[in-house]
Amino acid sequence: MDPVKVIEIKKSVFADNDEDAARLRKELKDNGVYLLNLMSSPGSGKTTTLIRTINLIKDRLRVAVMEADIDSDVDARKIKDATGIESIQLHTGGMCHLDAEMTRQGLGNLPMGEVDLVILENVGNLVCPAEFDTGAVCNAMILSVPEGDDKPLKYPLMFSVCDLVLINKTDVMPYFDFDMDRCREYIRMRNPRAMVIPVCAKTGEGIDAFADWLCTRVAEWKK
Amino acid sequence: MHELGIVFYIIRDVRKAAEENHVSRVSAVVMDIGEVSTVIPEYLMDCWRWAADKEDLLRGAELRINTLPAVSFCGNCGKEYPTVAHGKTCPFCKSDNTWLLRGNEVEIKSVEVPETIEN
Repeated sequence: MDPVKVIEIKKSVFADNDEDAARLRKELKDNGVYLLNLMSSPGSGKTTTLIRTINLIKDRLRVAVMEADIDSDVDARKIKDATGIESIQLHTGGMCHLDAEMTRQGLGNLPMGEVDLVILENVGNLVCPAEFDTGAVCNAMILSVPEGDDKPLKYPLMFSVCDLVLINKTDVMPYFDFDMDRCREYIRMRNPRAMVIPVCAKTGEGIDAFADWLCTRVAEWKK
Repeated sequence: MHELGIVFYIIRDVRKAAEENHVSRVSAVVMDIGEVSTVIPEYLMDCWRWAADKEDLLRGAELRINTLPAVSFCGNCGKEYPTVAHGKTCPFCKSDNTWLLRGNEVEIKSVEVPETIEN
């Protein structure tokens, strides 16, 4: 066997991204921009929830949305048509998540001095986006009733990195064995600090609570 | 599926290390991967082969994975226990007030360079 020389590295592969994400958060703070990273499974109602919410807060805050998907611009178009706000589509080129560098590139396409809140709709996926810090000020996720109240047990990392969990599609609760108290308890086990807000994007229930939460957080960030 | 993304991160870091050490060929990359890091070694290997062979620096280079055991700590009784066998609940006192001490690593430990090729 040929002799080899060993170069010791001993470094997390996430270290560079974590540093970059911290830099991006600092830049956002300096510019007074609040970046919310919204994650969920595919089909949990991210886009519908956003449309409802943005229509409630767009008179109070200057909002922009970045839609991340593997392909298509369906979501960005839908947001723009339904709310009239600035909405851009990011393509991850087959990747299952966004990292800080991709997020930075997306933000570069928005007028930074003219927005208070940027919502990043991450790729629909409960595993990979939880691993990569995007540089967002806050991570939030949507869990929809049909997915089941035991999701926090199955995807612990996602729930442990989120400060806010929206439980969506509460209108169909009677048709599913979804126990809200049990779900809250499972979320608390993963992350005692996580705030839980039950919402229904279709009927609008709970959306005002989410909107108020956002406005408060943005105001605190801009201080 | 995030294994491919992680492979791209590994390649970027190895490329940087190769430049700093003035080497043009790498024969192996050694990784330390925690049991509960959510990285699946078999998938990582497959993604590695596909991506590494596209790079002059890494063509044919082996990826070796050391699996590190996951250990949790119980804040209630102060004992350590193996995470995979018991999850969030302490096997000694049944408390859920526990947290992961180690086992979440996704680290590049070292890079091996053939001595015979003078870079």
